[in-house]
Amino acid sequence: MNRCAVIGIGQTKHAQKRADVSIAGLVREAALAALADAELTFSDIDAVVIGKAPDTFEGVMMPELYLATALGAVGKPMMRVHTAGSVGGSTALVAAHLVQAGVHQRVLTVAFEKQSESEAMWALSPKFPFQPPLLAGAGGYFAPIIRAYMMRSDAPSDVGLQVAVKDRLSALKNPYAHLQMSDITLEMVRNSPMLWDPIRYLETCPSSDGACAMILGDDQAAKRALRPPAWIRGGAMRSEPTMFSGRNLVDPQAGRDCAADLYRQAGITNPRREIDVAEIYVPFSWFEPMWLENLGFAERNQGWRLTMDGTTALNGDLPINPSGGVMATNPIGASGMLRFAEAALQVRGLAGDHQIDGARIAMGHAFGGGSQFFAMWIVGSEPN
Amino acid sequence: MSDAVKLFKAPIRLEYTIPAGRATSRFCRGLASGRLYGQRCPECKKVNVPPRGACPTCGVPTEEEVLLPDSGTITTFCIINIAFAAQALELPYACASILLDGADSTLFHLIQEVPVAEIRMGMRVRAVWAENKLASLEAIRHFKPTGEPDALASIEGHF
Amino acid sequence: MRDVAVISFSQLLVDKAEANDAELVMPVVREALGRAGLQKQDIGFTCSGSSDFLTGMPFSFVGALDAVGPWPPIEESHVEMDGAWALYEAWVRLQHGDIDTALVYAFGRSTLGPIEDILALQLDPYYEAPMWPDATSLAALQARALLDSGRLSDSDKKKATAEPPKIVDGAAAVVLASGDRARKLCSRPAFISGIDHRIESHLLGVRDLSHSVSTEIAAKHAGCFEKSPTFAELHAPYSAQELILCDALKLDKQVTINPSGGAQNNNAVMVAGLIRIGEAATRVSNREADCALAHASSGPCLQQNLICMLEARA
Ligand SMILES: [Zn+2]
Repeated sequence: MNRCAVIGIGQTKHAQKRADVSIAGLVREAALAALADAELTFSDIDAVVIGKAPDTFEGVMMPELYLATALGAVGKPMMRVHTAGSVGGSTALVAAHLVQAGVHQRVLTVAFEKQSESEAMWALSPKFPFQPPLLAGAGGYFAPIIRAYMMRSDAPSDVGLQVAVKDRLSALKNPYAHLQMSDITLEMVRNSPMLWDPIRYLETCPSSDGACAMILGDDQAAKRALRPPAWIRGGAMRSEPTMFSGRNLVDPQAGRDCAADLYRQAGITNPRREIDVAEIYVPFSWFEPMWLENLGFAERNQGWRLTMDGTTALNGDLPINPSGGVMATNPIGASGMLRFAEAALQVRGLAGDHQIDGARIAMGHAFGGGSQFFAMWIVGSEPN
Repeated sequence: MSDAVKLFKAPIRLEYTIPAGRATSRFCRGLASGRLYGQRCPECKKVNVPPRGACPTCGVPTEEEVLLPDSGTITTFCIINIAFAAQALELPYACASILLDGADSTLFHLIQEVPVAEIRMGMRVRAVWAENKLASLEAIRHFKPTGEPDALASIEGHF
Repeated sequence: MRDVAVISFSQLLVDKAEANDAELVMPVVREALGRAGLQKQDIGFTCSGSSDFLTGMPFSFVGALDAVGPWPPIEESHVEMDGAWALYEAWVRLQHGDIDTALVYAFGRSTLGPIEDILALQLDPYYEAPMWPDATSLAALQARALLDSGRLSDSDKKKATAEPPKIVDGAAAVVLASGDRARKLCSRPAFISGIDHRIESHLLGVRDLSHSVSTEIAAKHAGCFEKSPTFAELHAPYSAQELILCDALKLDKQVTINPSGGAQNNNAVMVAGLIRIGEAATRVSNREADCALAHASSGPCLQQNLICMLEARA
């Protein structure tokens, strides 16, 4: 298997509504930024891999067709990945596979969502026949899982508040982040409306328009890059069914298996010690402690301690989501790729104001569906 | 750019006729007659409800139908405080995953006839059927507490 | 590149499925695995292709995944494209060398909605889609461009039409295996000697619709012009498109086109391309051919094309 590195990264300014650009303009903004970072042009790119969540979000069927021109893919191979919320991560992995397989030298990968162009509620919940009317939305699916975690772990009730504040404060150091809430406090989160008890409004992610792009290259391409590359030291995907008897929704086996495969590839035996920073997919603040356990950073039912003692803060020993994460920016299809890209920025030393000093090994993590699809990678400042 | 077009409407209307599939049809027909049917997997013997014609863990067709009682235990739940478009429910209301007696997977439905603050994991509930039963889960109006003692032990490993 | 072969194939085409997506997919997955003598836990990577707009529901691939019984958890991915591209992704994954087998499947309940209109949503959402040009009208534009090109013989002119294809529901599954594993599991594996795909601009006005440039480039990279296929399975829902493809692929009269009947008779959208690969591979495996060509297409007027060359090896 050939080595593969991230040699260019770009993202849009994320916002509730990017009415200033078309869908093509949005993805191009990210792609051009990634090309500029790599000091390349579209003509240097061998293939394009694009990902996004359901087509119904924009009402464009298989938008890779319409976006081929805007992404310089004409005459080249172009693929479209869709694995629900994990898609941004799996899209990056599919692109990396092309380089690792020796099929291409330089691949452009892009993920986006422009939810403001459609009715997201309509897109997610058309009147499904043969099913009860949708009773509660996405929060209604995840709130019971969080309740189960709270009971099982005996975590204090303010863990979710802490994450909600921490991530929004980190986002202030990220000029691309959607939410810029300089006045955020624990009290403000606590007093925000309880939407899906036990989830409060400010404990949920926003809905954003945005895109992310990366240029992945082989050994040669990485050597020629002027800025430091982020080497892919491991990448893994795992899936499990949505519903089955005895399913552990709090701590899904697919997530555990995915992390184990990832650590094996990257030669990591103690993730808590060996990983310097992680960008993980936290759509509701309580998912930080849950994923810390699922990813092996903490023992079962103990993840919340890392949140509460400041370990996961920007200046902590294991910073989680220094970019502000999904809690500050959530263009669904791109959210996973943003995690992967932010991890790469950290080990390249190019994360700007939210850079973690001396970050050499970083994790990018994405999940989707009913906590059933996982995509992860480990990047490093050096190859394996 | 003050005259820039920032928005135009392009409505999309597409009509689909969607067959429910074999397993779901039988399940819905059962509901219309006030009965809840699950399907037992021939390999792992687990009873899935709602049935979908396939065992999600074994990947084999499921044919054997199992008539289930309309009582069960709440495994976990949430309380909803925001109005959803098509809902005429009084806020706040609760939805729960319910492990029907004799089933191995959970069913998601409304919990009513109890103050939301009293809803607990492990609480015993029973279906309240609609008078005019449609061939869908709407045949069950909601679930309500039975008053039996909580059964936390029975939901071990179900969330 | 590592040797990778199609070792089994299964398809199901029905006028109107009474099944949900998982019920539709399960028989073909079980049959393809059975023919390869494999169990689900023997598979290293699973990849599927489908489109949410066929059923009008988001995340339709999620329910279909139940058909493979992904437990314990599996390494799995999905393309929102025809299953032929899922096969391409699996072929790439097998190049890594750490796994030897992959399962690819595709499904499409194409008859549930107004497919001719649904496909209009593949166009530019600002300039083209709001006018709702239906799929057959777009194919007719292409047929007209071909007729007016002056390249057609009188007999071909009669074929250059845009009769709408027969739309059906369907699913298909293919098992891939690498090198020695393929030889062990299958008496005559259909090895992929080359596979490539290319896309063109979405703007119909900037393309010469009478030519398929992307097919030509893909064919070149797949090594098509150095091979002599006995059969070609072309994913051409319209007969004019078949002529355009034969031209781009430089197929002479010796090559039998679409012995399976092709996508004009049975167009299961999102599945038809993968079926072409399965059909071509089957003809290699059952000794009707030493070399066969398979083609898959995506988008209006053959916007994107994939070429897969299959051959028998000693
Ligand atoms: Zn089973």
